[in-house]
Amino acid sequence: MFELLKTPVETFQDFLSLAGRAIRDVFRPPHYWGDVLIQMDIIGVGSLFIVGLIGFFSGVVMALQMSRALTTYGAQGQVGKIVSITLVRELGPVLTAVAVAGRNASGMASELGSMRVTEQIDAMRALGTDPIQKLVKPRLIATAVVLPLLTIIADAIGLVGGYLISSAMLSSITSSEYWTSSWQILEYNDLTQGLLKPFLFAIVVALVGCFYGLRTTGGTQGVGRATTKAVVIAFVWVFVITSMLDPLFVNLK
Amino acid sequence: MNPETTRQSMGGMVDDAPVVAFDDVNLHFDDVTALDHLSFEIKRGETCVVVGEAGSGKTMLLKTAVGLVRPDTGRIFLFGREITKLKENALAEARARVGILFQEGGLFDSLTIEENVGYPLLNVPGLTHNGAGSPEKVAERVLKALRFVELEQTLDKFPSELSGGMRRRVGIARAVVTEPELELYDSPTAGLDPITANNIIRLIIQERDLRNTATIMVTHRFQDGHMMANFRYNPSSGRVEPSDGHHIESRASTKFMVMRGGKLVFEGSEVELCRSEDPYVQKFARPGSS
Repeated sequence: MFELLKTPVETFQDFLSLAGRAIRDVFRPPHYWGDVLIQMDIIGVGSLFIVGLIGFFSGVVMALQMSRALTTYGAQGQVGKIVSITLVRELGPVLTAVAVAGRNASGMASELGSMRVTEQIDAMRALGTDPIQKLVKPRLIATAVVLPLLTIIADAIGLVGGYLISSAMLSSITSSEYWTSSWQILEYNDLTQGLLKPFLFAIVVALVGCFYGLRTTGGTQGVGRATTKAVVIAFVWVFVITSMLDPLFVNLK
Repeated sequence: MNPETTRQSMGGMVDDAPVVAFDDVNLHFDDVTALDHLSFEIKRGETCVVVGEAGSGKTMLLKTAVGLVRPDTGRIFLFGREITKLKENALAEARARVGILFQEGGLFDSLTIEENVGYPLLNVPGLTHNGAGSPEKVAERVLKALRFVELEQTLDKFPSELSGGMRRRVGIARAVVTEPELELYDSPTAGLDPITANNIIRLIIQERDLRNTATIMVTHRFQDGHMMANFRYNPSSGRVEPSDGHHIESRASTKFMVMRGGKLVFEGSEVELCRSEDPYVQKFARPGSS
């Protein structure tokens, strides 16, 4: 039993060690700001289309499904509120994080994994550069900055998607009714939750991607395994974190 | 061997100490023994050719020698200073005096050849503060190193645009650009055709003899070790030539080490290697062996 737990516990320990060093290094020089900007471009600008698409269809689906249920109670006017709350509190942060994890945690794991198996990481250390400072920190900072921004964009596009469905299919709700209700229902609690979650997801997604990349072994096959693990573990962490945070925020006013 | 006897001085660095010394070094990965009670030392100007089967611990020997991998037990001395428990930033100071050619090249894909070769001059602590970090000085030394490996025309290319042999030569240029006192070569001829492999070894011999650099070379090919032991660079002709009776320094200062399962099973000269009756050692004592 203990033997079975040994590997996952050791892996988790190693992850915490990397996370601790990376977070500590954020406040220590040298700072590779050029690399941070490149990563922000890759993660942020590069993910805009997929994040926008996911946000839009989330809004569309929410409006479609909810309008049917709300019609039963004659409460079609509430559709803006429901789309808004669901997107800002839950769907926007989670789906954006999942998209970025699928796109960038895998990219980080495969890039760093390839560097690992071709001994570029060893070369970097031998030539006086700390791989955590040079490779992990820029990815961590970039993801932590752009994921909340991407989430805001996904939320906004999702609300537009919900509006298009409402205006096309629900005759009883006007444009101003939709936007006013969707805006007024939001409280600081929702906005805090909607921005805190992507920030935490970003830290986990970046660190998991880098962690599995840096511990890659076994040549090109190992790079494939590391990439798969990074995506799966990042997904799991995103859902674990949101499940842990929700009870805290649900009871907050 | 008592590695501590000659080694204490200001800052831990001692100039008359062996360049590298291993004292009963052990390293394990789970159930696999990578290094098993390994003890040896390399003196200034000495060449050490390490041979052994794949997985016998040759690469780990090189990586532990510069602190890229830490041993489980035992002590490692680099230029007389114990590095076994040094932190990464302190290790960087010792590594500044070492040039390394990695088995897989270790060239950075995202950097040009010029940036790759100049990387140590701009990043290795100790080298960046003595004027080597100025752009003109760096460009000059990069060009000199690339001229040494006859690849000065590749400055703006990326590693992926070069052949395997050219990448290996760029790796040598990066290893020698800082003019280190110790050179580590990990399978410099692996995967290369015999002509290119011989050219690589000639470059390594040239670098060794020009500056009397201590050299540790891991290889699968007996021919590589044989050339290291029996050829020398002649500055007057500018060529690598067989050692004759008047120039036996390289033969005298080249030793062979044979590894098996992390253990050092043979240490001696080429003549002793060829005379060994151990069937495992014999495998590495004839042309075409691997």
